[in-house]
Amino acid sequence: MFRMTKQTNMSILVYTESENGKFKKAALEVVSYAKAIADQMGTSVTAVAVNADNTESLGNYGASKVLSIKSDALDKFNAKKYAAAIAEASKQDGAKVVVLSSSADSKYLAPLLSVGLDAGYVSNVVAVPSNVSPFTVKRTAFTNKAFANTEITTDAKIVGLSNNSFGLVESGGSATVEDFSPSIPDSGVSVESVDKATDKVSIADAETVVSGGRGLKGPENWGMVEELAEVLGAATACSKPVSDLGWRPHSEHVGQTGKPVASNLYIAIGISGAIQHLAGINSSKVKVVINTDPEAPFFKAADYGVVGDAFEVVPKLIEKLKAFKAQNA
Amino acid sequence: MKILVCISHVPDTTSKINFTDGDTKFDTNGVQFVINPNDEFGLTRAMWFKEKQGASVDVVNVGGAETEPTLRKALAIGADSAIRVNTEATDGFAVAKHLASVVKDGGYDLVIAGRESIDYNGGMVPGMLAAMTEANFVANCISIEVDGTNVKAVREIDGGKETVSTFLPLVIGGQKGLVEESDLRIPNMRGIMMARKKPLNVVEPTSISAETKAVSFEKPAPKGAVKLVDAENIDELVNLLHNEAKVI
Repeated sequence: MFRMTKQTNMSILVYTESENGKFKKAALEVVSYAKAIADQMGTSVTAVAVNADNTESLGNYGASKVLSIKSDALDKFNAKKYAAAIAEASKQDGAKVVVLSSSADSKYLAPLLSVGLDAGYVSNVVAVPSNVSPFTVKRTAFTNKAFANTEITTDAKIVGLSNNSFGLVESGGSATVEDFSPSIPDSGVSVESVDKATDKVSIADAETVVSGGRGLKGPENWGMVEELAEVLGAATACSKPVSDLGWRPHSEHVGQTGKPVASNLYIAIGISGAIQHLAGINSSKVKVVINTDPEAPFFKAADYGVVGDAFEVVPKLIEKLKAFKAQNA
Repeated sequence: MKILVCISHVPDTTSKINFTDGDTKFDTNGVQFVINPNDEFGLTRAMWFKEKQGASVDVVNVGGAETEPTLRKALAIGADSAIRVNTEATDGFAVAKHLASVVKDGGYDLVIAGRESIDYNGGMVPGMLAAMTEANFVANCISIEVDGTNVKAVREIDGGKETVSTFLPLVIGGQKGLVEESDLRIPNMRGIMMARKKPLNVVEPTSISAETKAVSFEKPAPKGAVKLVDAENIDELVNLLHNEAKVI
């Protein structure tokens, strides 16, 4: 049902995540994606940024307006407070659609925002709407074994975009920046401490993920995995047995019960490819497997494969990539 | 402490995923259903609270009678009683609404749900349920300790983890880490016998309309065969990744 509101803008609102003031790549991707929806619906994109610098830079990805929040109360991420801030921005702007990324934080706040705005929410969306009336988007389901074309039937809508599924589109536009001071509610959840490797790219943000399995024989052999990741600017990950054995931290475990991976390039080293593992990484675009066993199930899921000993292949790959980078620098 | 564990009835990971009725319905033919893995970690953690801190543990599912074996399994693992909201689980919002009325009626202190189900992967029910019942909420929860009404929990974040303090009533979206795989329990014969006598209450739903609707399903296009590169010719791999796949 269409309800008239006082606002006339009816924008596409997008929440742009930042870390230490700098926009994440996923933030630029959701703006690019929101611009594509705005073009379909004949409207414009308003971005919400929290304690971010260079907010006008979002114009280059298609935002017309940035609501810039500077708030000590939002110094640390808090799902309830952030959801309230985005909800207020959405109401002020008369947004019809709110676009979020698939980061841990955005997925945390999305259901709270959905209840707050009475807006139907669809997560893990992989494409622009196939139709804007009824509003229909394609999302992954059955742990990447299928897609579900899903209609959102509420007046306001929330779309959670799967990371790396749309890419960055620079439009060369410019954005006006407005200060925005939403009222922030109390939250019963407070952060005591954060344990995070700040010098490493996270699995969720990474375009490339280098992942090691039991074939690497022990934690002492991870040096080459980390070196390969460094050459590629990639995040490191591991299979379930490796994290169960305590060779690598749980936070690196990817697969059905671990972290999902949707990178552009996924390199699996010494991972046989159990169905639970493949389920978690299957939405990566290009998959490379390096394994001694040509019968390993991963070869059926991969785009490129090398049958060989990781201890010989990986150092060679590192060397060749370094040479490639030197040549293309 | 009264704990409610939300149990999704999902196809086993190894199931073939097919659709019927013009690709509008999931084909359950020949599919084996299990407790959603993320929920099973939560259920096992709930058993720990029951045994060490004297909590009571109920389990709940929104679904038809066909989901009862999954609830019985949760009872066999050790839950005290089960509730089934007798309606089809249409979307995350509707499921959360049905669960919210169970939570309000039961006066639960702690609700443990899985971070997402492995079938529809919406990942929204725990957060919506928290918002609807005005409880605190911790997503991607990998550790929880309760002392009186005070809670210390750990949330997995991108690239690490975050320790938070909060209090009951609380909803968590749980996952592996709450307990380890090796802690999961297989129901024994005694548990299975006892589960038959435990209450499984069927609750009729109130009328709730969904906010989203899966109109059709499709499967990914079949993948081409893997291109094998000789281990002695890694230059070729770099070349393919650059010129063909265009990912480096």
